[in-house]
Amino acid sequence: MNIVRRNLLRSAGAGGALAAMLAAGILKPTAVLAAEWNKNAFEAKDTAGAVKALGASSAAENKDLSMTAPEIAENGAVVPIEVISKLPGTTSISILVDKNPFPLSASFDFAEGGIPEVAVRLKLSQTSLVKAVAKTADGKFYTVQKEVKVTVGGCGG
Amino acid sequence: MADPMKIRAQMKGDICDIKILMSHPMETGQRKDSDGKVVPAHFIQSLSVDLNGKTVISGQTGTSISRNPVFGFKVKGAKAGDKVTVNWLDNKGDKRTDEATVG
Repeated sequence: MNIVRRNLLRSAGAGGALAAMLAAGILKPTAVLAAEWNKNAFEAKDTAGAVKALGASSAAENKDLSMTAPEIAENGAVVPIEVISKLPGTTSISILVDKNPFPLSASFDFAEGGIPEVAVRLKLSQTSLVKAVAKTADGKFYTVQKEVKVTVGGCGG
Repeated sequence: MADPMKIRAQMKGDICDIKILMSHPMETGQRKDSDGKVVPAHFIQSLSVDLNGKTVISGQTGTSISRNPVFGFKVKGAKAGDKVTVNWLDNKGDKRTDEATVG
């Protein structure tokens, strides 16, 4: 086993995979990917829990936050969703699938130059509301949602 | 490194339209294989999009992103010839970095 791998495995028990990789010198500390994966949010079993773990307090609907989603998705394994925020100072967009076992699907942060518009493809386990939550630089949250009907569920269970 | 991504970065007026196709099973950890054994979760957890070495978009993802993820992003301040770099990291520590030139 090579030395890097051995170091990684040795330290993996101590502080989690990310800490281990930093210790083994694989992951540069300045790398953006070093941000710790938001386990609490991604493993929350309901939307309310996920939204709370994202730090999103009450979110208002606003016409400047929009979502494009199909009314009916024939294949729940690949559902195209687009979220566009025209809200000034949008810093992040998170996307949740209400009825999925773990509703939070993705969360994006926009630095200078990043435009707050994302297109993703999601798995939907069943007919569900798909929700987006956007955060603006002033600390406010906004939301938009669309119902997507699913004929064949996409989580493979 | 894992299988390569396909990245397309095209100027549309002032905006650089970026389309990324990643190669990844995105296993949820809920599927059973033909022997009835649960296939362990194996999915991309984080990604970043850099323009000329500076991160403009970063993201965290979960198991409900489709297999072989496709993402669309938009960036401003880019011009033809600039370099777009995309990185991803999965829950097993696998990662991938690929580049494209803005056209």
